[in-house]
Amino acid sequence: MSAGVGVDLEKLWIRFGDFVAVRDANVKINGGDFFSFLGPSGCGKTTILRAVSGFLEPSDGRVLIGGNDMKGIGPNKRPTALIFQNLALFPLMKVWENITFSMEIKGASAKERRKRADELLDMIALPGQGDKLPSELSGGQRQRVAIARALCAEPDVLLLDEPLSALDLKLRQHMRTELREIQQRVGITFIYITHDQGEALTMSDNIAVMRAGVIDQIGDGKTVYNDPATAFAASFVGENNVFRGKVKQVSGDTALIATNRSGELLARISTANQGKMQPGDDAMLFIRPEAFALAPAGASGDHFVTATVTNEEFEGNVFNIFMEGDGGKELKVSLPNLGQSFESHKGQPMTLQYDVQNAVALPAGELATE
Amino acid sequence: MPRFLREFFNRNGVGMGSLMLGLVLFWTVGLIILPQLSMLDFSFRPNLPPPEIGGPKDVYTVENYKYLIFGPEGGSQDYNAVDLRVFYRTLIAAVFVTLFNLVLCYPIAYYLAQTKGNHIRIFALMLIIPYWINEILRAFALRIIFGETGVLNNALVGLGIFDTPFDFIRNDIALYAGLGYAYILLMIFPIYNVIESLDRNQIEAARDMGASWTKIHRRVVIPYAKPGISSGCTMVFMLSAGALAAPQILGGPSSLWFTQLIYQQFNDNSDWPQGAAYAVVLLVTCILLVLAVMRLFKVNMGDIGK
Repeated sequence: MSAGVGVDLEKLWIRFGDFVAVRDANVKINGGDFFSFLGPSGCGKTTILRAVSGFLEPSDGRVLIGGNDMKGIGPNKRPTALIFQNLALFPLMKVWENITFSMEIKGASAKERRKRADELLDMIALPGQGDKLPSELSGGQRQRVAIARALCAEPDVLLLDEPLSALDLKLRQHMRTELREIQQRVGITFIYITHDQGEALTMSDNIAVMRAGVIDQIGDGKTVYNDPATAFAASFVGENNVFRGKVKQVSGDTALIATNRSGELLARISTANQGKMQPGDDAMLFIRPEAFALAPAGASGDHFVTATVTNEEFEGNVFNIFMEGDGGKELKVSLPNLGQSFESHKGQPMTLQYDVQNAVALPAGELATE
Repeated sequence: MPRFLREFFNRNGVGMGSLMLGLVLFWTVGLIILPQLSMLDFSFRPNLPPPEIGGPKDVYTVENYKYLIFGPEGGSQDYNAVDLRVFYRTLIAAVFVTLFNLVLCYPIAYYLAQTKGNHIRIFALMLIIPYWINEILRAFALRIIFGETGVLNNALVGLGIFDTPFDFIRNDIALYAGLGYAYILLMIFPIYNVIESLDRNQIEAARDMGASWTKIHRRVVIPYAKPGISSGCTMVFMLSAGALAAPQILGGPSSLWFTQLIYQQFNDNSDWPQGAAYAVVLLVTCILLVLAVMRLFKVNMGDIGK
C-alpha cells in the first residue's frame, strides 16, 4: 500500500465579494489520512472542499496535492474525486454505467468497464446489482454506488461532502464503519466534510474544527475532544458545560477561575493556551457531562460544584441530571448506569466533584449555538 | 365508472368535476375532433355547387387525393409534380427549421436554466416581449431587414462585403429566419423547464470525473433534457409545417409552402373538398413523421407532456 498523496492548504483565502468564506487556512493533510473538516453549516468547510476539487479558485494562497500547486488546473484534471452531499448519481444511467463513467470518459471498452464495475460492486457488497437504475436502490445502496463511482476514477484523494447526512441514524452509524474500512483498504487520502462531531470523531485520523471561515484547531479526535484549543471547539465537539468567569490565578498549567455562579474552580489550561492566560482575563471553564461524579453533600473546594437539580432523566446507559447552570444554560451531568440505586434530587441542591485534569480553562470566546 | 374517473370526481366533487370534464370534452371533441372529422368527410366528397349537395352526385370518392398525386385528369404530366414538390419541400424545410431552432435554442435554454441571478429574468423577458407584437408585423419587420434595399443589404454593401445586394428573399433565407424566429419560444421553454430541474451537482460530478463539456452534454444533460427537446421539436415542426403567415410574407415568388396551396384551394378556388384532402395529407404525414422520429429516439408519448 502506498503512503498516499497528501494535500496542503497554504495561506488559503476565499472571498465572495466582501464576504470572507475561508480566512487564512493552513492545513497539512498527510497522505493516506482520513481527515475531517468539522463545523456548523456555513463555516466554509464545503468551500474548502470545492477549492481542493477545483470547482473554485482560491482568492489567495495555494492548494497543493502531492506537493503540486493546483492553480489553474480544472476539476476534470485533478487527481481528486468528489462525493456530493446528494450523491449526484446519474438517474438515467444504470448502476454499472454510473460506476464506470470515468472510464467511459477515457474511452475504455464496455467489456472492460463491465468487469471493473463487477469488481467494485463486489467491494461495496452489491454484487449483481449493476443493471439496476439508481432509483431502484435504497439510500444506503446508492451511497455505496457513489463511493464506488468515485473510487473507479482511481483518485489520489477522495473528497466527501457530508455524504451520510441524508441517511437515517442506524444506517449512518453503519456507513461510518464501512467508510472507514474502505478507506483503510484502498489506502488513499479521504477528506471528509461534516457537521456531525460523532462522524468526525469515529472515522478520522485528524480533524480540523472550523468556525466562520476560520480553522480553530487541528488535531486527532482525542486531542480535539479532550484538549480543545478554543471555546468554540470545546462547545461544538461533543457536549460540554461552560462556566464563565475571570482568571484569578495561574500556576503552571492550571488556572483558578473565579466563576460567576459556582465559586472558584480549578482547571487545566488547554495546551494551545498555556502561557497565554493572565489573571484578570475573561475565561471559560469547560467540564464534560461525563466528567462529574457525585460528591458528599456539603463538600466544597476548588473542584466541587453545587447547584439545584431542575430535571432528571434516565437514558439507559446514563442518568442525566440537569442543574441550574451558568448564563441561562442548564448544567448537564451524565452518570453511568452501573446498577446503583438512584434517588431523585429534583428541586434540591446537589454537589458534584470533578478531576482537575478533566476541566479545561480557555480564554472566553464565541460558543457554538445548538 | 373507471377508477381514474371516480378518483377525479372524489377529488373535485361532482359539480366542479362535471364542469371541468365538460369543458375539456367541449374543447377536444367540439372544437378539435368534430371539425377535423368534418374536414375528413369533406375531403372524400366531390366539389359540387350548393344545389347538388346531397343529390345523386354527392358520393364518397378518392378523387381529391388522386389529384394531389396524379394531377388533373388528362393533364400533360403523369404526376402532379408541382404540388408534390411543394409538399415534400415543405416537410424538408420544416425539418430543417426544427433542427436549426434546436441548435440555436438548446444553448440558450441551458444557459437560462443553469445560471442564477436577476439578469436571467431580464433575458427571458427580452425573449418574450417581442411576441407581444402581431405575427404578421413581425414577419414584415423581417422583410424590412432582409429586403433588397433592406437594413442588412445596406449594411453589407455599405461595408463592402457584397458588391450588389443579396436576395435573401428569393433564396428563402428570410423565410427560414422568419419561421425559425416565430417559434423559438416553443423550443426554448420546454427545454428550459426540463434542464432547470437538472441537479447542478450531476454536471459537476461528470466534470469531476474528467468529462469534457461536450461529453457532459452528450451523456448527462441531453439525455435528461430529452422530453423537453422532443416536445419542443414536435411543436416547432408541426407549427412550421402548418405556418401560413411567414411563407406568405417572407417566401420568394417561386417558393410555395404547402399551406399556401391549401389556402388557395379553400379561398381562391372555393374547392373545400380539395383543400380538405390536402390538409388531411399534411396532418397525417406530419403525425406519422413525428411518431417515427419519437420511436427512433425512444421517446414516449408521456414524455412530451412533461
